[in-house]
Amino acid sequence: MEILDIIKSENQVFCKTKLMTDTALSYCPGCGHGTVHNIIMEVIEEMGIVEDTIGVAPVGCSVLAYEFMDIDMTQAAHGRAPAVATAITRTWPEKYVFTYQGDGDLAAIGTAETIHACNRGENIVVIFVNNGIYGMTGGQMAPTTLPGMQTSTSPYGREIETMGSPLKITELVANLPGVYYVTRHAVHTHKHARKAKKAIRKAFENTRLNKGLSFVEIVSNCNAGWKMNPIESNEWMVDNMFPYFPLGDIKVNGKLK
Amino acid sequence: MAKVKGAIVVDTEICKGCEICMPVCLDNVISMSKEVNRKGYHYPYMSDPEACNGCTNCALVCPDRAITVYRVKV
Repeated sequence: MEILDIIKSENQVFCKTKLMTDTALSYCPGCGHGTVHNIIMEVIEEMGIVEDTIGVAPVGCSVLAYEFMDIDMTQAAHGRAPAVATAITRTWPEKYVFTYQGDGDLAAIGTAETIHACNRGENIVVIFVNNGIYGMTGGQMAPTTLPGMQTSTSPYGREIETMGSPLKITELVANLPGVYYVTRHAVHTHKHARKAKKAIRKAFENTRLNKGLSFVEIVSNCNAGWKMNPIESNEWMVDNMFPYFPLGDIKVNGKLK
Repeated sequence: MAKVKGAIVVDTEICKGCEICMPVCLDNVISMSKEVNRKGYHYPYMSDPEACNGCTNCALVCPDRAITVYRVKV
């Protein structure tokens, strides 16, 4: 069979979702942000909740998320996305509200907002993309930077004695009673991407059932910040990030695993 | 054996040449082209189109969703 016989619209099994705009993503080649954006939009399209979903974009690399996601979006001040999402979900309780945040946004500047929104159990979805570095501003050390990891502000590696240990904020919020679902995934291979998609779908379904806050962490790469090529950075992530941030469900249906 | 045949079409202009699609292709269908697109990135193409079964692995990990997958039963 010729290739041209296969490439017909009736045989199409996968294409870019219509909910992503034609604007070229501003991320570096191989960055996990693009995959996560697309997965969220695919879930929203599959669930048929396009008109009822409101996203809150953070400050960070994904600050322009509203340029790429063709749904209703708003922009929050740095770290304040859960507070803005709280206001939206309390004004429109029937809407699906999600925040999309990086580790500098969620785990450093917005720690108070994150923890208190989780503690109140707001009916929102928090998507947390953790790459262990401040990617947008030039690769500075973030709370989630691994011990010994070199960044532009820790050129000799992160020292535990003076700089503290990496913050496991996902485990931290899992202990709060208002949080219903906490899970950690990755998107660097097809298997992980499929699992992450299921988890994000489950998070949005929890919102539909008014269950409380769902927290989905995606461990991602930052090849520009880590000074590696995309494939190397994914291998480095598997070897170094996953032992510290193990993948899997941490809290399901309100019960710790 | 394989009763399905697949094919991919790469939107070469939005591809950023990150090569993440290559290791996830279990049948080693994808190679990177020698040519570059307008941004200067090498883009993937089907170097072994006979082996493609349209599994969508490459498209799922593509951050820019530059890959469209087609599959047909033979």
